[in-house]
Amino acid sequence: MAAATSGVELARQHLIDPEICIRCNTCEESCPVHAITHDARNYVVNFDICGAHLCMACIGPCPTGAIDSWRQVNKAKPYTLEEQFSWDVLPAEIEFDLVEEAELPEDVVEITAQAAAGQGGPTTPPWSAAHPYINLYSIKKPAVATVTGNYRLTAEEVASDIRHIILDFGNTTFPVLEGQTIGILPPGLDANGKPHHVRLFSIASPRDGERPHYNNLALTVKRVTEDHQGNPVRGVASNYLCDLKKGDQVQVVGPYGASYLMPNHPGSNLIMICTGTGSAPMRAMTERRRRAGGEGGELLLFFGARSPGELPYFGPLMKLPKDFIDINLAFSRVPDQPKQYVQDLISVRGRDVARLLKDENTYIYICGIKGMETGVNQAFHNVCRQHGMDWDQLLPTLRQQGRYHVETY
Amino acid sequence: MSINYSEKIPNNVDLANDRTLQRALERWQPEFLNWWRDMGPEGSRNYTVYLRTAISVDPKGWAHFDYVKMPDYRWGIFLNPAEPDRRVNFGVHKGEPAWQEVPGEYRSNLRRLIVTQGDTEPASVEQQRHLGLTCPSLYDLRNLFQVNVEEGRHLWAMVYLLHRYFGRDGRDEAEALLERRAGDADNPRILGAFNEQTPDWLSFYMFTYFTDRDGKYQLCALAESGFDPLARTCKFMLTEEAHHMFVGETGVGRIIQRTCEVMRQNQLDEPNKVRALGVIDLPTLQRYLNFHFSVTMDLFGADVSSNAATFYSTGLKGRFEETKLNDDHQLNHETYPVLEAQGGQLVTVQVPALNALNERLRDDYIKDSIGGVERWNKIIEKHGIPFRLKVPHKAFNRKIGPLSEVKVNPQGAVVSEAEWAAHVDEWLPSQADRAFVASLMGRVIEPGKFANWVAPPARGINNQPLDFEYVRFN
Repeated sequence: MAAATSGVELARQHLIDPEICIRCNTCEESCPVHAITHDARNYVVNFDICGAHLCMACIGPCPTGAIDSWRQVNKAKPYTLEEQFSWDVLPAEIEFDLVEEAELPEDVVEITAQAAAGQGGPTTPPWSAAHPYINLYSIKKPAVATVTGNYRLTAEEVASDIRHIILDFGNTTFPVLEGQTIGILPPGLDANGKPHHVRLFSIASPRDGERPHYNNLALTVKRVTEDHQGNPVRGVASNYLCDLKKGDQVQVVGPYGASYLMPNHPGSNLIMICTGTGSAPMRAMTERRRRAGGEGGELLLFFGARSPGELPYFGPLMKLPKDFIDINLAFSRVPDQPKQYVQDLISVRGRDVARLLKDENTYIYICGIKGMETGVNQAFHNVCRQHGMDWDQLLPTLRQQGRYHVETY
Repeated sequence: MSINYSEKIPNNVDLANDRTLQRALERWQPEFLNWWRDMGPEGSRNYTVYLRTAISVDPKGWAHFDYVKMPDYRWGIFLNPAEPDRRVNFGVHKGEPAWQEVPGEYRSNLRRLIVTQGDTEPASVEQQRHLGLTCPSLYDLRNLFQVNVEEGRHLWAMVYLLHRYFGRDGRDEAEALLERRAGDADNPRILGAFNEQTPDWLSFYMFTYFTDRDGKYQLCALAESGFDPLARTCKFMLTEEAHHMFVGETGVGRIIQRTCEVMRQNQLDEPNKVRALGVIDLPTLQRYLNFHFSVTMDLFGADVSSNAATFYSTGLKGRFEETKLNDDHQLNHETYPVLEAQGGQLVTVQVPALNALNERLRDDYIKDSIGGVERWNKIIEKHGIPFRLKVPHKAFNRKIGPLSEVKVNPQGAVVSEAEWAAHVDEWLPSQADRAFVASLMGRVIEPGKFANWVAPPARGINNQPLDFEYVRFN
């Protein structure tokens, strides 16, 4: 059963499972606020009283576990006592279509908040974005995917090892959208004997699969061998993923992300700005547009790496028709050439950038190393000034309309 | 009040400041442990069991789960917190402050009530002591031990009252509680049902469903007592008692579930064919139900009882949910219907309500029992099988009181001796029934495995998985 939730405040309602309850009265006896009562048939919980306390005093004493039953409900319309009195079994769980990220794993909430900090906190998705599924698989109940491919994207001669990893979900439902992330649970325990934290990775393939109409998806993973300061460190999840072989099984949670999504209406333009593995969502969106044909408007890509050999997807990218995507590559470590960054190219392409910024069908996506948003922001600032616009005024509008999305790490 | 576990006898009654009582109980403690060794669960000496132990009497503390080595379970004395300004709520003393000491004139009656209640606790441990050898799963074995240690603790609860409030007499009674034996011809337990055997797990589930439910009703009535320490003791016992009824209700439910599954899978309903597949047929379940229900009916005492009237009028033992009832709580002018056998017929007569308090408690109990039986019927109904379990008439198979003088069939009709003899094997478990059930009993102790005749439970204990190692044999 599904219910729409626009404007609905949800709550967890405490209930007693009439199939398991033995009517022993222990809960009623132990409830300090007298929220529990009974008739000849059932023991029931008063939502107004219990919901205000949620002290859990009844949970431990219940001999059956029937007391530990919960349903997500519309807060304004909880199950009444009369309804509960009439039950032989608990009602089926109502699946509220939730856009907000309720009860995500702590790690995911933290990482997502940090990643989205560059856009000034949570934002809304484009109005024409497809509806995402979120948090279908939890840490307690992860999905299992099988590795069907693991290819190095960067040239052999460069140190940077970036890989294209394909995970197949077989018969397991795992619907995703471009721009969403999934969580990987590395096996084993950390130095403290606890399970490793979840690591999030952007999906690099479009919604209909890495291979069209297959239940698979691709990730772009860089093997982490040093931290941001250049000190040697071995990334647990990235090394685990980069070392996976075909046929290996991986525990996956998610999907996550309800706002970093692409618009799907005709004429919607994308400005995509990325570095390194930040290209994953851009690849997904580009591939979506290529396959969907005629869905959107212009694609303008700014892509930075140290050298062409370290730029993931360099080869396939170069094969895309010029009238399909406008590609601007910035390299910061090419011998005998001046260092160039994505923000430099935004300024170079100022006229086209300004034209797109004036179009309310333009959506901006930034993904890559933390800190890049500062330079990019400055570049937009300059472009606007040169073309008679005010970035400081435009940015809040873009955010509000779900047209400015940042994911940096 | 928190429980002091640093003492030899865990307690929340400030035992340390009553040296005389502490010494008396410390003398009784080794006798109890000897009794447990001799009459407690057979062969359980070194088992480590995932048990619930109270660490305080408030809701958060009394359901503490951990592994406990069986004989090291910390039996102790726990009373519910005192209710400030509690009053005697019924009888001639209604409205007076509840008694914190025993009123002299009621001393022997109170002692009798406490001894009778206390005697049932070790009795059931004795009745169940061999069941561990034929447990259908580790989960069930753990539940059996939980029931056993808590019955042991209930004995402690009553013994505390005897020692603390009844002096020399109380101490003698406390010793006698360890000397009587369930089913012993020379020195039996006080009440009939507690001298019956609990030879198999079906009997155990039926016993915990029906007979432990009598315990619930007796404790509920005593929890209303004007003698405050008794009321507080019984209140805490009730929270533990719930688990015992849970074991019974879900145990019988799981047998029904399994039987129905097998009947459906094989499209069978003939009892013999159902039995051939190693599960217990529904008519046999009905006969066991009839037996345990009727034996438990007798535990409530004579239908018309001047003792019951005295206990009530003097404020010692109330009615079920006394304080929730809306009347004068004196019952001097009311009447209550009671069954009598007159000229070979059952007739309903009105007797003074005070004299019918046993009957009234019995009726409250019957209502409660029927509820669970209906929940069992839902399982059968779900499988689309046209069979329903039913509690027998309350006059069926009675052994005490005026109704014991007539033979009554499960539907409530008086029948002749000859008719009774001709049908008794349809109404009560026969030797053959008991032999068949016994033949199914085998020990299953692999985690997560269950005997063929019983379905796994819906949930594990304390939300643990079903293949949890509920008992370690060391």
